[in-house]
Amino acid sequence: MRKVEIVDLNAWFGSNHVLHGVNLTARPGSVTAIIGPSGCGKSTLIRCLNRMHEEVRGARVEGKVLFDGTDIYGTDVDPVAVRRRIGMVFQRPNPFPTMSILDNATAGLRLSGERLPRSKLAEGGERALRAAGLWDEVKDRLDEPGGRLSGGQQQRLCIARALAVEPEVILLDEPASALDPASTLRIEELVGGLKERYTIVIVTHNMQQAARVSDWTLFMLFGEVVEFGPTEKVFTTPDDKRTEDYVTGRFG
Amino acid sequence: MSAAAGTVSLGPVRGIRRAKDTGFTVFLWTCAVLALVPLTWIAFYVVSKGIGALSWNFFTKEPAGPLNPQEGGIVQSFVGTGLIVGLATVIAVPLGILSGIYLAEYGKGRTASAIRLVAYVLLSTPSIVAGAFIWALVVVALGNFSALAGGLSLVVLMWPIVAIASEAVLRLVPQELREGALALGLPRWKAIVRVVMPTAGAGLLTAVMLAVARALGETAPVLLTALGNDYINTDIRAPTDAVPLRVYDYARTPVEALHGFAWGGALVLLAAVLFLAISTRVLSNRQQKRIA
Amino acid sequence: MSDQTVVLGAGAPARVRRSRLIDRGFRGTTLVVGLGLIALLALMLVELTTGAWRTFDAFGLHFFVGTSWNPVSGREDFGALPFIFGSLVTSGVAIVIGVPIAVGLALLLNQVRGSIANPLTVFVDILAAIPSVVYGLWALFVLKPIFDSSVEPFLIGTLGKVPLIGALFRGKAQGPDLFTAGVILAIMILPIVTAVSREVIAVVPRDLREAALALGATRYESVRLAVLPYARSGIVGASMLGLGRALGETIAVSLVVGNTPRIGWSLMQPGATIPSWIASSFREATSVGLHRSALLALAVTLVIVAFFLAVLSRLLVRRTAELVSGPSADEVLTEGIYPRAG
Repeated sequence: MRKVEIVDLNAWFGSNHVLHGVNLTARPGSVTAIIGPSGCGKSTLIRCLNRMHEEVRGARVEGKVLFDGTDIYGTDVDPVAVRRRIGMVFQRPNPFPTMSILDNATAGLRLSGERLPRSKLAEGGERALRAAGLWDEVKDRLDEPGGRLSGGQQQRLCIARALAVEPEVILLDEPASALDPASTLRIEELVGGLKERYTIVIVTHNMQQAARVSDWTLFMLFGEVVEFGPTEKVFTTPDDKRTEDYVTGRFG
Repeated sequence: MSAAAGTVSLGPVRGIRRAKDTGFTVFLWTCAVLALVPLTWIAFYVVSKGIGALSWNFFTKEPAGPLNPQEGGIVQSFVGTGLIVGLATVIAVPLGILSGIYLAEYGKGRTASAIRLVAYVLLSTPSIVAGAFIWALVVVALGNFSALAGGLSLVVLMWPIVAIASEAVLRLVPQELREGALALGLPRWKAIVRVVMPTAGAGLLTAVMLAVARALGETAPVLLTALGNDYINTDIRAPTDAVPLRVYDYARTPVEALHGFAWGGALVLLAAVLFLAISTRVLSNRQQKRIA
Repeated sequence: MSDQTVVLGAGAPARVRRSRLIDRGFRGTTLVVGLGLIALLALMLVELTTGAWRTFDAFGLHFFVGTSWNPVSGREDFGALPFIFGSLVTSGVAIVIGVPIAVGLALLLNQVRGSIANPLTVFVDILAAIPSVVYGLWALFVLKPIFDSSVEPFLIGTLGKVPLIGALFRGKAQGPDLFTAGVILAIMILPIVTAVSREVIAVVPRDLREAALALGATRYESVRLAVLPYARSGIVGASMLGLGRALGETIAVSLVVGNTPRIGWSLMQPGATIPSWIASSFREATSVGLHRSALLALAVTLVIVAFFLAVLSRLLVRRTAELVSGPSADEVLTEGIYPRAG
């Protein structure tokens, strides 16, 4: 069973062709890491998975991204609906500055248009904050502004925010690169815990992190997939020489 | 005889160069003083001459008869300003903010550039021209001067200010917040209204304050459209007074006792405008910190 | 087959469809309002031009070069030259006095960062916020008496005797005059010219200044060599903004210039500017005859010049900004938005 399947994906920024014929499969309950040197297209690829790529002026996509068998780029498909089912956490924590911690966590629920009663919101918020491993640290100060937390906490808050709407897939775009090592470790542990319920795709420039956290790894170079396979294989006995060079640190 | 080796023979030239440099520095500081002098002088005069005029009567009575002018007041001007500026604000602010939203959130092509250029051009419209425009369009057509015309002439001036200032403020909201909201599955309009605008919050308020501060002090357009009135008027279709207008009239009147009222009105105007200018600054600083 | 065929939009519940509609409607509304600004400008130009048309039609170029202004019906003659003259002269005085001071201040503000610069900037901002009627009041009751009693007699006595420019300073010191109007305008344009010049000068890269200093240039020389050449067009642009402001100023000028249509050499005589004349005549303009139309023709003349100056100054400031690839012209120009009443 395939949760997300990318078939022959090409992407452009204007006339700049940045992704060439990418193929990828992500199975439910797994963590897939996307690695590669700067500029290889990892962020672009992940942003195609929740239709954020097209928000940039002049950006274009061709190909298919199948989510549970349905192409999210189909003509009838509403990108807004896609993003409710496929959530994203960004590189730099971006909690909404005008909202409290709890309001940040429940932002997706509150702004969805449904009127949920206070109690349901509070429950959802608590559940999400627990799942993000942040509950104990903030339970006594839920009304404080989200911006007051430390970097690592803010990022976990953003994860909670993404979890609260109960997506099925979570996309993480270098979630720990702006954080200190201790916070990075916590995020990695979190990812390990989350994979039971979600399908996770994580972009990282840190190979050790990819090795620690993921089940499958995709290595990209210049917008093309060089190799895709089980993490253990990609890191120990890769098929492609370029992969071997990269993971052994010979470049990038 | 030449000087000892090492002591440079650039003496006289150096003197001239040094003189020019010193002269330059003196010039710069003179400019600073020259710029400060009028400000302090004006502030001093307005406060010292105006404060005496501020009495209970001043704020609550209409102009008195020719026998005892100093016992009257200019309440109708305050009411009129409230009416005219209030009307203008209610119209210009929504229009301006929506324009600003378009420019900041949606406009990326030629249309947006055109709108921006037009806003800038309108911003530099001499206020008398805005007055003449509404005079021709509304006053001449309807046959009488009115608070409505006054308000509309101020809208011509306020709309571009609110548009340009709110675009600037909305652009300051980091792109990542927009992306965070979109990634959460919010439609564009909700991302703007529920996330971007509240984040810009105080900034949008300063945009409004800038426009209102401008409108409060405008005389020429109000002169041409609302004409003025010695009595309180609340009918927007009738001639109405305004504080700057009254100051202008009393400045030219031969009745000396009323000159004091002119200073009083000037003091009130100055205080109001300064208050808005300072608040704008304070809010702006606070807003910068919040976003950073 | 997957039984999660649900909803990635196709057959989406009404709520999602409605949200999309709201999204498009919102965007459409902001677009329409934005276009409304263009409509407003167009309406203004159309209204003024159609109103002024009859005058231009009747008098043609004579409107711009004729020197007599007579609204009496039967003997109507509308020549705007005295007002064009008055506007140019008062604004000219304002630029000659105001721009050097503004540029000097701008240079100073760029040099002196920190605790002195901030209060100074604040003061200049406050100057910008003062309503023009307050300037006018002060000019009438404070500036003018001083000019009438000391400054102008002094100028008449000294510069008035110098050949050539002496002609500017002849005549009686007492009474309203173009010079006083020019001086108050100079004060009023200080804030905008300073603000934009300051931004334009700040955009010149530090390294240029430092390279000059490293060559052994004095402060003055480094400014002349490294700063002014770069900032020159931007400063000209700033001056144009100031000029536009001066040309459009009505109330302060109206209180001290005398509102007398007059063309002559001396600055010490009264005169009239386009805006001051419109403000003082509009009440007498009845619907009979061309008087109203003539006033609108004056407004059209003014607005065309003002718009021309605005666009030109924007281009010049943008040129400096681009030359140095610093903040965009829009940011520099937005700095210059102050509440300025007229």
